[in-house]
Amino acid sequence: MSVLVYTESWEGKFRKSTFEAVSYASETAKLLGTDLVAVSLGEVSNDELNKLGNYGAAKVISASNINKGDGQAATAVIAEQANDANAIVFSNTYTAKMIAPRLSAKLKIGAISNVIEVATSTTPLTVKRKAFSSKAIEIATVNSEKAIISIAPNSFGLIETGGSLTIETSDTSEKGGITIEGQETASGKISISEAEIVVSGGRGLKGPENWGMIEELADLLGAATACSKPVADIGWRPHAEHVGQTGKAVAADLYIAIGISGAIQHLAGVNSSKVMVAINTDPEAPFFKAADYGIVGDAFEVVPKLIEEIKKIR
Amino acid sequence: MNIVVCISSVPDTTAKINFTDNGSKFDANGVQFVINPYDEFGLTKAMMLKEATGGKVTVITVGDATVEPVMRKSLAIGADAAVRINMNATDSYSTANEIANYLNDNPADIIITGRESIDYNGGAVGGMLAEMMNLPFVNACNGLELSGNTAKLTREIDGGKENITAELPFVIGGQKGLVLESELRIPNMRGIMQARSKPLEVIEPSSTEGLTSSVSFEKPVEKGACKLVDADNVAELVNLLQNEAKVI
Repeated sequence: MSVLVYTESWEGKFRKSTFEAVSYASETAKLLGTDLVAVSLGEVSNDELNKLGNYGAAKVISASNINKGDGQAATAVIAEQANDANAIVFSNTYTAKMIAPRLSAKLKIGAISNVIEVATSTTPLTVKRKAFSSKAIEIATVNSEKAIISIAPNSFGLIETGGSLTIETSDTSEKGGITIEGQETASGKISISEAEIVVSGGRGLKGPENWGMIEELADLLGAATACSKPVADIGWRPHAEHVGQTGKAVAADLYIAIGISGAIQHLAGVNSSKVMVAINTDPEAPFFKAADYGIVGDAFEVVPKLIEEIKKIR
Repeated sequence: MNIVVCISSVPDTTAKINFTDNGSKFDANGVQFVINPYDEFGLTKAMMLKEATGGKVTVITVGDATVEPVMRKSLAIGADAAVRINMNATDSYSTANEIANYLNDNPADIIITGRESIDYNGGAVGGMLAEMMNLPFVNACNGLELSGNTAKLTREIDGGKENITAELPFVIGGQKGLVLESELRIPNMRGIMQARSKPLEVIEPSSTEGLTSSVSFEKPVEKGACKLVDADNVAELVNLLQNEAKVI
């Protein structure tokens, strides 16, 4: 018996969402009274692998020949390690969304995604998850003895245990039916789903040429930039920045909405954030009903002042 | 070319979400149902592929008779045929299994699902379907170009995209980028008339047991009142964020 956690890496490095999954899996292992084993795919250095011990993993199996983007190969490798596992934990990343369902079908183990809390019961495993695009919380349970759990990023947090782990390597070189040609990524960008602070702009900013102050504010705060759906649809900002019900979900510590009225679809995608700030000229904007803090005012006056004030404390 | 698009009938994005029977059931009363937005991108892409290469587009839905208006809409947009598997879709595994059974008897070259449905947000049917049929699966797919039997695909990854090549057949989980929002098709009168005479086949399900169950639903905790800060006193907002909310 064990708990297995998939520890995703990007160019050989783990991210906060990886350590969060390990923290969650470690708590689950405690509940079940068992050890936590991690599976890592692709080249990751021993120094980096050792970091997983600090969040509760007792062992890591490193399969360095496997490309995580090859869902068939990744699933096969994780399935090989899952024989003893009572629970298999993922962070709900793009890659996990390919692998976890495949693993569920392959092993006939119930899979629950978007999970936000550690299990409330273990017989059978019962968890809370976000549903209806965060407009509701669902209590869901698996009908199988084992469970696959994918947690929503930023929903659980990190728990350091100060432990250490053993490293095992696997030289398996499975290959699925696709060829990965390469990746195109913007370097230095903070991922919206993992960001602690997100600064987001809407139509109230009047045009793409006015995003300079949004980016400046985001840089100062170490935040990711985002936008509302209309802004992405008109082409002012790239689609990858669209947050809301049909875009990316945000669960930041702080979400700052500038010139966004707060349509129900937008709020659904961002209301998992802990603290929300609205800046809008219209005092009737629905965002003021959802926000924790608000300023009724013109973004073109308020945001430059906000930048000045934040410079004073940073 | 046979293209199958898996469609979910979901509450409109503006719908208020409520539950009945002690929070165990979604309250569909007064709710408008639409094609799941992610599926709509896939359906439009399927129409474009068909127009370029010829073939047939079939939409498939697992659901009871209440999903038929959304299936008729898909036919009015241009799908050639619709298949409804007569079962309430309450679990991803049993839903995927029913679709896989149909596809084993009626093979497709491209199988398109949405990245996720906006109601239960499981995001699992596409991947499960691919595993059951031993096919490649490209999720969060935001680009697909076909030449012969080879496709160049892109999928969204954190902070960018990944370029992939795959041979037919395969499964994708579609999203915006597959087609643009402005390319989505609105049914015209001719389409609506034609849809009435297009086939909508109803198939009885096998008896697959689900792997997950829904126990109950609750609404998220309501936020307290918004603290308004004067536009001339931005320093106060920074003070509150730093010392009260402790987020900066």
